[in-house]
Amino acid sequence: MSAKTPSRLEKILRAGHLAVTSECGPPRGSDPKEIVHKAEMIKNHVDAINITDNQTSVCRLCSLASCIHLKQLGLEPVLQMVTRDRNRIALQSDILGAASWDIHNILCLSGDHQSFGDSPQGQNVHDLDSLQLLQTVRKMRDEGKFLGGDDIKRPPAMFVGAAANPFADPFEIRVPRLAKKVKAGAEFIQTQCIYNLEKFELWMRQLVDRGLHEQVYILAGLTPMKSAGMARYMKNRVPGMDVPDAVVKRLADTPKDKQAEEGIKICIESIQRLKEVKGVAGFHIMAIEWEEKVPGIVEAAGLYPRPSV
Amino acid sequence: MIVGEQKPIEELWESIKGHQKVLVFGCNTCVAVCQQGGNKEAEILASLLRMKATQEGVEMEIQDSGIERQCEHEFFEKAEGRIQWADAVLSTACGIGVQFMAEKYAKPVYPGLNTTFLGAVEKLGHYVERCQACGQCILAATGGICPIARCAKRLLNGPCGGSTKGHCEINKDVPCAWQLIVDRLQQLNLMERYEDLAPIKNWSTDRAGGPRKLVREDVQL
Repeated sequence: MSAKTPSRLEKILRAGHLAVTSECGPPRGSDPKEIVHKAEMIKNHVDAINITDNQTSVCRLCSLASCIHLKQLGLEPVLQMVTRDRNRIALQSDILGAASWDIHNILCLSGDHQSFGDSPQGQNVHDLDSLQLLQTVRKMRDEGKFLGGDDIKRPPAMFVGAAANPFADPFEIRVPRLAKKVKAGAEFIQTQCIYNLEKFELWMRQLVDRGLHEQVYILAGLTPMKSAGMARYMKNRVPGMDVPDAVVKRLADTPKDKQAEEGIKICIESIQRLKEVKGVAGFHIMAIEWEEKVPGIVEAAGLYPRPSV
Repeated sequence: MIVGEQKPIEELWESIKGHQKVLVFGCNTCVAVCQQGGNKEAEILASLLRMKATQEGVEMEIQDSGIERQCEHEFFEKAEGRIQWADAVLSTACGIGVQFMAEKYAKPVYPGLNTTFLGAVEKLGHYVERCQACGQCILAATGGICPIARCAKRLLNGPCGGSTKGHCEINKDVPCAWQLIVDRLQQLNLMERYEDLAPIKNWSTDRAGGPRKLVREDVQL
């Protein structure tokens, strides 16, 4: 398959390399230094950097502007876009805005519910859902048309991705749900943080059985734990997260001052194990407010240096 | 039916405190089922407000009355005398009744309820939302369970990543609409339908298209 867009992430995946992406959350203010600083820390160790879109419904500097800052540094951003805050006019407009800056990757999401964030009294839009946003980007790119049917002058050239949570319920539709996202136009998938490797491997086997790994690139999502407390919080409080007791115990049995190190070790071991899983095309390392640890993880997992394409 | 919930006495008092003759006016159909705005509830509310007036030392006459439906002209006739007597009405109908009444009479009509949703009686005392009147029913594709009314993100193609053990990420007491849909499709042996992409919805039949109206030429006089 030849690349359909100028995306570096797409080229790396199509060349058969294990891709590495990571993500940075924009600041709660207008100073771009923070996002630039985070990106500088990881830029040599990843192929592309996701910029989150008001994650957990907490209002922040926008994803698009942050992506432009990265682009100006010569980096490869992945524009995350949620359907929670914008209707189809704003979504398509922002896609064109991003394309005008030659932002070549987009991740289509529905977004956390606003009740989790700083604006629980706000409206949510959901004019489209995440699958319909996938279809929208593909239509804009492949047909050169707006949803309304009019032609787009210089259509966006974006590599189109979606998220998948292999651990959410109902489990019986985890694979059909992925198939549906592929049908809607997803070309790459970044998964929810994986701690339950057996369950993830089962999901991968099922999707390989359906041949879905030949239609979409699966990037396995990993978030290193900073402490046993974080593991317990993720296990008990974060919806859709599957943290096995063994992981919590391993961290809890480690002295407090060594837990962060142990969390990183678990993350590296997971990558090494998942590298061997059929259908895994790369890794998405989400080190939440811990970006400085990404280079070490990538190196220790044997994913460095990054290929040039 | 339309479900409503009585506003706090303090808020109602703020609305009516400047008037001398207040009629608390019930609506005995939808909002009577949830026991918030029927004629009986209007009667109870009137006595509470009389007590409030006494406490506040305000001279005020408060009466109650009610009709079957405040959203149709024909029912108002029998209460005409009471309505004319009042210099303000506190209507315990839904927002439709309050507005319909205000259009008919040149006097203040205040809402006694917050109109909350279109729902069903799940069991005695439990009223649950089932429809958002989007104007284009999709229940045929979703096993008879509406994701617009019952999913907090009104997702049309499946659950978000926050669906856990059958409940929604916003609250453990809220069932995940898509878990219900999947269970139902399985029960009906229709799971293959899950992978059909839901078309991008035309929201012009919903609130987005402006106030809606249905005209039936055939039933007009």
